[in-house]
Amino acid sequence: MRASILVAGALALAASAPSARAQTIAITGGTIYPVSGPRIERGTVLIVDGRIAGVGSDVAIPPGAATVDATGKWVTPGLFNASTSLGLTEVGSGGNANETSADGHDEVAAAFQPWLAYNPQSVLIPSNRDYGVTTVAVWPAGNLVAGQGAVLDLGGGSLAAALVKPSAAMFGRLEGNRSAGVGARGELIGKLTELLDDTKAYMNNKAAYNAARMRPFAFRRVDLEAMIPVVTGRIPFVVAVDQAADILAALDLAKAHGLKLVLYSAAEGWMVAGQIAAARVPVMVGAMNNVPRSFTSLGSRQDNPALLRKAGVRVVLIGNAGGQEDLFNVRNIRYEAGNAVGYGMTWDDALVAVTLAPARVLGVADKVGALQVGLEGNVVVWSGDPFEFATRAEHVYVRGVEYTAPSRQDLLTERYKQLPPTYGAP
Amino acid sequence: MRFPTIAIAILLLAAAPCAVGAQDSKADSARRDSMPKSPPGRGGLSTPNADPFPSTYRPFPSQPTVITNVTIFTAAGPRIVGGSVLMQDGKIAAVGAQVTAPADAVRIDGTGRFVTPGIIDTHSHLGVYPAPGVESLSDGNEATRPNTAYVWAEHSVWPQDPQFPRDLAGGVTTLQVLPGSANLFGGRSVTLKVVPSRSVQGMKFPGAKYGLKMACGENPKRVYGSRGGPQTRMGNVAGYRQAWIDAEAYRRSWDDYLANPGKGTPPKRDLGLETLAEVLRGNILVQNHCYRADEMLQMIDIAKEFGYSIRSFHHGVEAYKIADVLAAEGISASLWADWGGFKMESLDGIPANIALVDHAGARAITHSDDESFAQRLNQETAKALAAGRTIGLDISEDEAVKWMTINPAWALGLDDRIGSVEVGKDADLVLWSGNPFSVYTHADQVWVDGALLYDRSDPAEQWRTDFELGYVTRPGGAD
Repeated sequence: MRASILVAGALALAASAPSARAQTIAITGGTIYPVSGPRIERGTVLIVDGRIAGVGSDVAIPPGAATVDATGKWVTPGLFNASTSLGLTEVGSGGNANETSADGHDEVAAAFQPWLAYNPQSVLIPSNRDYGVTTVAVWPAGNLVAGQGAVLDLGGGSLAAALVKPSAAMFGRLEGNRSAGVGARGELIGKLTELLDDTKAYMNNKAAYNAARMRPFAFRRVDLEAMIPVVTGRIPFVVAVDQAADILAALDLAKAHGLKLVLYSAAEGWMVAGQIAAARVPVMVGAMNNVPRSFTSLGSRQDNPALLRKAGVRVVLIGNAGGQEDLFNVRNIRYEAGNAVGYGMTWDDALVAVTLAPARVLGVADKVGALQVGLEGNVVVWSGDPFEFATRAEHVYVRGVEYTAPSRQDLLTERYKQLPPTYGAP
Repeated sequence: MRFPTIAIAILLLAAAPCAVGAQDSKADSARRDSMPKSPPGRGGLSTPNADPFPSTYRPFPSQPTVITNVTIFTAAGPRIVGGSVLMQDGKIAAVGAQVTAPADAVRIDGTGRFVTPGIIDTHSHLGVYPAPGVESLSDGNEATRPNTAYVWAEHSVWPQDPQFPRDLAGGVTTLQVLPGSANLFGGRSVTLKVVPSRSVQGMKFPGAKYGLKMACGENPKRVYGSRGGPQTRMGNVAGYRQAWIDAEAYRRSWDDYLANPGKGTPPKRDLGLETLAEVLRGNILVQNHCYRADEMLQMIDIAKEFGYSIRSFHHGVEAYKIADVLAAEGISASLWADWGGFKMESLDGIPANIALVDHAGARAITHSDDESFAQRLNQETAKALAAGRTIGLDISEDEAVKWMTINPAWALGLDDRIGSVEVGKDADLVLWSGNPFSVYTHADQVWVDGALLYDRSDPAEQWRTDFELGYVTRPGGAD
């Protein structure tokens, strides 16, 4: 939230989102962290027609450009939280707005595309965007294969406008037997293997399948169809898994089937960091997990991301230690980065892990994740180090648009800042 | 030891100053003499402040220790820059710009570092919901009927929960373990020092009052809606009020009996009513899980109707809407920095909640209710501080430190013993690697009653629970 909104009160309310069409914006004088290149002191970021048109210390500013003086400020790409249900869930429980879990068939819901229910009007979008998050991945939940994930930006408007990439990844698990509809891990691996084998059989014999000249499959046609990009390695298969032995099983499965594997959670990843690095498998991992929550995560430790990175693994930081970082507090992804640094990751690596790394892993680095000419104008001007609590996101641009309308949380704050409250507008 | 009549009388004098002890008559002594020679065992009587599971905690061995040239957030006034603090015999012996330390004191150079009181968490489920989170260890909610005032959280606490040493490493030295929130009356809480022990008794904070966990709103009606009720919020309120009516009758019958020892037959003990009666006597502090402003205001009326006080509202995501009332009523608010929206009654959470409650003059508290964020209450407090400043409130770091130290100490009735760096208080201290409100700062060392119980740089000074041995690899080294 921006203090000026609360001070300006009614004035700010007159401006409804978005406050302005994308225009030419020059952010000048700040310390720029492009992520894809070295830091630039007293540089300029130029945004034209919603895209980044210049980054450097010697960028010509077109006449008529709106200039933002960022002297003494830090300028980064918008942050990317790669593990959310933003726009799918409004209230976690007790409400009637939760669109993350498919019924599926026999715990397989590969065809499920949760973003079809994405609600760009969610009140949680502004309250997270205002703190510097411009891009999210939304995931399905539950089942052995939960479904597909998509990458969206928080620029509002329609789903079509916000959608950076549909079907960016398939989401499954190699833990949680009960959710997978099996009794034991060996059975889970067997079931996953059967799904992968059946997908290939289906893919290679579609005509026969459609003519009902094939053996019956345990899985629905739509799910087999959806699994084709997984078995052909065109989209990542993001697998939730924690225990070191299960991680090695996932690496074996990926190798045997030619999967583009991404490990998710990976509490004991540090124990097998060398193997993960050798397999060139990225890891999505939290930086605040050190509680041995189950017998599959006894090795949880806070320097897991740092140790993985040190071994050469591509690390994407996510929030999965509680704290609602998947929804209400998507904005707190920057504190995951700060904590990762506190436990041994370099600051530069931590910034990559919440910007460019998720963009690369999910195949959208040609659109978001860095301050680079041609990418979307997703830019944040920070009052200081973005990982510190005292730092504010002073300007947040998504596709070159700065949103200034107060969030629902701002409105509540404004109403009750003086007690007793008044109940007029807003 | 038997529990002789004389001890009962002493107890009565202490607990009920206007009781009859001094008006003893010959008739009374005659009646006492004629009583059966085998008085009821201690467990037969519902006496105020009974302590059947007494604390066996003893401070760990300590050496006089002085930390010098350090910034001290005292939680009792402005910070002391370049100051010193001396711990001796388990207490804070001196604090100031300069202190005189004994020659044999351990000296720690605190240059560039910060000292705070040990962090106090008013809302923990450590030990009752331990890690690993398997069903066999899930002992936090006696969700069998809406009023289980008769259960005591301490009887579920597993001292080998590996979450305890993690809390300590995060600077938490005292915590209140509460039963869960399924029930209108969840049972008694227990306040623990975060120390290794074979038993929960060995962790119990000596002399700390018990708390009573109450819960408003969605949880009880969700759990019991299809199991005989309450099914609605009005059902919840009827449940509280009927229980207090019963408790008042119980309290009166026992206080009457105890005021005239030996007269008549003792009433039958009832564990649940006994806990509620102790609330009515002021001996147990009410810790009330409640999210919504309107429900908190109703709970305040119920407390007034039956003559008890609410010590702290827990979670209170709408506390900011009634911060003025909380201040006027002297009720503290144990809050998250920025949680909300996970159910309807938490929909209106805002990041400035803690700061606005503080600003209105009520006691604001950063609590956890979470085994992960419990380890980072300094970070949660930093978020709340930043949120307050963002909306223009002028809040010092010195004030924010109180949210995790002296204010929670008050909520537990222990503000005269812990929660600030003042001479005579328990030497529960944290030495931080830098400003505790930075994301990059760690607790370097943690003392409980003057004993060093955690040292980040020394694995030998890092407590490991029985469970962890052989199972959990020690962070920072092979095992």
